[in-house]
Parts: sequence; C-alpha cells; structure tokens
Amino acid sequence: MTTISTHTTILIRERTGGEKSSPPEGVSTGAKHRNANLGDAAFKIVTQIFAFLVFALVFVMAFEMYRGSEDSIKKFGWSFLTNTVWDPVKDEYGALVFIFGTMVSSLLALFLALPLSVGVAIFLSELAPRWLERPVSFVIELLAAIPSIVYGLWGIFVLVPWLRTSVEPALVKNLGFLPFFEGPPYGFGMLAAGIVLAIMVIPIITSISRDVLRAIPMAQREAALALGATRWETTKIVLSDGKSGLLGATLLGLGRAVGETMAVTMVIGNRPEISASLFAPGYTMASVIANEFAEATSELYTSSLIELALLLFVITVLLNGVARIIVWSTTKKFKTV
Amino acid sequence: MQEMVIEERRADVPLIISSNRTTERTMDVKVATKNVDAFFGKTQALHGISLDVPRNTVVAIIGPSGCGKSTFLRCLNRMHEVAGGTRTGTIMVDGDDIDHYDPVVLRRRVGMVFQKPNPFPTMSIFDNVAAGLRLNGMVKKNTLSETVERSLRQAALFDEVKDILDRSGVSLSGGQQQRLCIARALAVDPEVILMDEPASALDPIATAKIEELIQALKKNYTIIIVTHNMQQAARVSDETAFFYLGELIEFDETDRLFTSPQKKQTEDYITGRFG
Repeated sequence: MTTISTHTTILIRERTGGEKSSPPEGVSTGAKHRNANLGDAAFKIVTQIFAFLVFALVFVMAFEMYRGSEDSIKKFGWSFLTNTVWDPVKDEYGALVFIFGTMVSSLLALFLALPLSVGVAIFLSELAPRWLERPVSFVIELLAAIPSIVYGLWGIFVLVPWLRTSVEPALVKNLGFLPFFEGPPYGFGMLAAGIVLAIMVIPIITSISRDVLRAIPMAQREAALALGATRWETTKIVLSDGKSGLLGATLLGLGRAVGETMAVTMVIGNRPEISASLFAPGYTMASVIANEFAEATSELYTSSLIELALLLFVITVLLNGVARIIVWSTTKKFKTV
Repeated sequence: MQEMVIEERRADVPLIISSNRTTERTMDVKVATKNVDAFFGKTQALHGISLDVPRNTVVAIIGPSGCGKSTFLRCLNRMHEVAGGTRTGTIMVDGDDIDHYDPVVLRRRVGMVFQKPNPFPTMSIFDNVAAGLRLNGMVKKNTLSETVERSLRQAALFDEVKDILDRSGVSLSGGQQQRLCIARALAVDPEVILMDEPASALDPIATAKIEELIQALKKNYTIIIVTHNMQQAARVSDETAFFYLGELIEFDETDRLFTSPQKKQTEDYITGRFG
C-alpha cells in the first residue's frame, strides 16, 4: 500500500516538475497546461493543509487542556490521582472515585460484551451462510449508529426498573454472599451502567473481530480441516491465529466504553463513592465533567474538571493507539504470508 | 509376473475400465473413483471422472489451468464441499465409499499438502507437527515427541530443525515450511497423501528436495500429486492422468503417456502446443 502511494506521488511530482522546468514549446497549449498544473498544485497543498490540521487539532487540544488544568496540577500534583475526596465546598478535588467508576463500569461492560461479540464475529466469519451474514452485520453496525441518549433513555425506563424489580433481588437471593451483590437494589448503579455500555460496545468489538477473523487466510482453515479437525477445532486454530487482533478489538471497545458519557450518566446514579457492590451508584470521569462543568464556580474547580478531561483524553488516546497498532499488525501479518 | 498377478486378483477389485488404456492391467486399487461429476453452483467442473489409483504409487495429474485437476484432488478428501461445491459419483478408499465416512475421519486417512505452505503461525515447529495428533487425542509427551521426530525425519526436515523445535513454524524458509506441512500431514499416519502443486511456490533446490521426498514416501503411502509442471510429473510419478476441460483424457503409465500418448489432445499438451 505505502510503496504504491509513494510511487504515485513520485510520478506526479516528476510530471509536474518536468513540465515546470521545461515549459512546452507549443504556443497555444502552453498556458493551458500551466493552468492545469497550478490547479493540481493548489489542490494538493489545500488537502495537505487539511491533513495537517488533523494532527494540529490533537496537539492543540492536549495543550489547551494541559494549560486549563495547570492550577489543579500545581495544587494537587500526583495526589489528584489517588485522592478519593471530591468536595467543591472545601475546594478539594481528587479523581480516584471517578477513575474507579470509569474503570469498573467499562470492565464490566467488556466482561458482558466480549463473549457475545466474539461469538457473533465467529458466526459471521466462519459459519453464517451469505444470505444471513449481511443482514446480521448490518443490524450490528446499526446498533453503533443509535445516539447514546436513546440508550440512556431506554436504560432509565426499561433497564433500571427491570434490574430493580427482577434481576437485582434475584441476584441478592442467590449470590448475595458475594460482595458484588450487596446492598439495596436501586436499579441505578454500576450494573445498569455496565449493561448499557456493553450493548454500546458490542458493535465495535463485533465488527472489528469479524474483520480480524476474515483477514486470516482460508488456507489456515483448510490446513486444519485437512488434518481432520472439526469445525470447532478449526475455529480454535483461527482464533489463536487472530488472538492479538481480537485483543485489539477488545481494547477499542474499552476505549469506547471509557469515553461514553450520556447513557452512563443517565443510569449510573452519579454518586461519588467507591463500593465493591455492583448495585451501588457510582460516578465516571465523563459523567462528572458533563454534570458539574456548568456549575463549577471556583477556578480550581474548573481546573480540576479539565484535569479529569485531560486524564480521559490520555487514557483513550493510549487505548485506541495501542489497539489500532495491534489490529494493524495482525491483519498485515497475514497479508504478507 | 503379469500372469501371476492376474491370477491373484481379488474378485472385488475391478479391472481398469478406462477406455483409453492401451493394456489392461490389474493392481491393488487404493483409491477408486467412478463417474465423478463436480460442480461449483451450476458450473460443472468435472465430467464423469473414473480413475483408479494403485496402492503405493505416485499418480500425477496434469493439465492446463482450470482443467479441474485441483477440484478432483479436493473431491478425494471431501474438501471440495468445504468451499461450497457439490459432487456426484462414487469415490472409494480401500473399497469404502467416502460418502459413508464422517469427513473428519476421512481426512485423517487421506492427508493433504497445499500449494502454498500453510503452517500455523502461532504454533512452534513441534506444535505444528503435533497439531493433528492432538486433534486425535494424543497428549502423552513421549509418544508425541516420538511421532513428531519420526514425521520430521520422514519429511527430511529433522536435521535442519532439531535444535529449533520451539521456534515458530513461519520462521522457516518456504521449502522448509512446505516440508513442515508434509511432516504435519504424515504425523497423523494417513494412507493417502494428496498434494496440490506442492512445489509451485518453491525455488528449484527446494523443489528437488520435495520431489526426492515424494519418491521416498511412496514406499509407505499412496500419493496423488497435481502439478502443472510436466517435467515434475515425469520425474516423480508412476502413472499420469491428463485432464482437460474437466474430463479425464488419458491415464497411463507415466513413461508411456509422455513418450507415446494415445490421444491427440494429450500429445498437443505435452509437446507444448497449447496450455
């Protein structure tokens, strides 16, 4: 891919360069040619600027967030990450509760979404007949297009009441001895957030896992089948070939879950406390920023919220970067084999 | 010698009925196909192929691209249906109809080596060879490593890899990878080995090694090899079948087929007039 594109660029450059250095002798056509080349050059420069702007945007954002959070960084230092107190009245801010909320809700979402997503991906890439594969893929990708507020609303009106009246009491009755299922069943809380997030990350994990599995050459499956492997044994070999790509897909899902704001804010309960119980309300980094930014009165308050945003930014950039690299390297590995 | 064989011929082993045979010969048939038609959707790829492969011989299948030779090979271990193809007619291995087998069981008896080396990239050299054994439920450490070593020796690869058995299979050269795939196929102790242009992706030296190997393997196995390299067919095989447009044009002893072909199409092909 890259070699081809550089090659074409060189070709284009040679052509334009060549014409510039030795303008055609023909009187009538000369001017026209030069105009056409000018247009091309301008087009190239403009698109290059746009491409560069994307990079600039990321750096400017990071820099601005850093500047905005300087007060808080100076005041609290690293203890910002380990302090569990978030008290606007005393003007003391620590992020640990929100980091905890974000991580627990996201990991819970992955725990719920991963088996389902990989299962669907295996079905789509290995087993589904073509007439079924397309509509299923389409619906899965459609899930990703639903606005998160819709998930949030569904969470409030359908999921939360159902959890409160049916699921959580049942869990308490049967598994109440575990610390995860303690306390009063509110409905609103970590569990609700985890479930809503799980539904929201299923499309991304599924579609990337499916692409990863599809990138594994048919020859691998045939090799296994020809050895007398069953369908399931063949799939196991395909999965082990694609395991790093599946890890990448998972991390991309995690990145999505970590940053998700609206739906989570609507169902998580928004109380800054750390509890082992999944029934207890929690608070995520994204939710606290969305909820409190408008009423942040002191400079330090604002600055602390911006520092939370910076933290979220760094986490998601790292997650997505690592995940993309992993996915690329697996799909590329098999293209060269 | 010839008469003796005829006298000893078992009643259930049919005579060779291929019409274009110059002489009727008898033999111990390992793989027998009768009126095999194969399809991809509505396209017919094979037309009534009847061909008997004797035990412990190397049969080469030659013919121009798209003549159905690979399809025929893939019918023999029912890999044709994996890609969505269909087939009619009967194929027998040792007199057993392969349609009465679970394909999984059949493929353990009829192994296959593919055109491009396809070792499992996440597995070590050892694990690649052991893969089929583990599928068969062999997990004992010492029996495993004995079989792995034996298979690698049979594939003439053991001396080159004995110190790097835990390295990835894809770290080997192309020719070594292909011999690794042959070792992998041998490890499950098949009776028949199908080879689909096993040397076409390899350099001449690696090719020579594979060809030598095929000669050595025929003592214990029945080998059917598809190739579009006629010299290769002439070098390695005892009998050669010429396919054209999905039909079996001629099937005869390799020497005879290449020196005095009975059909005009065969002659045209081997003299390079088409294909």
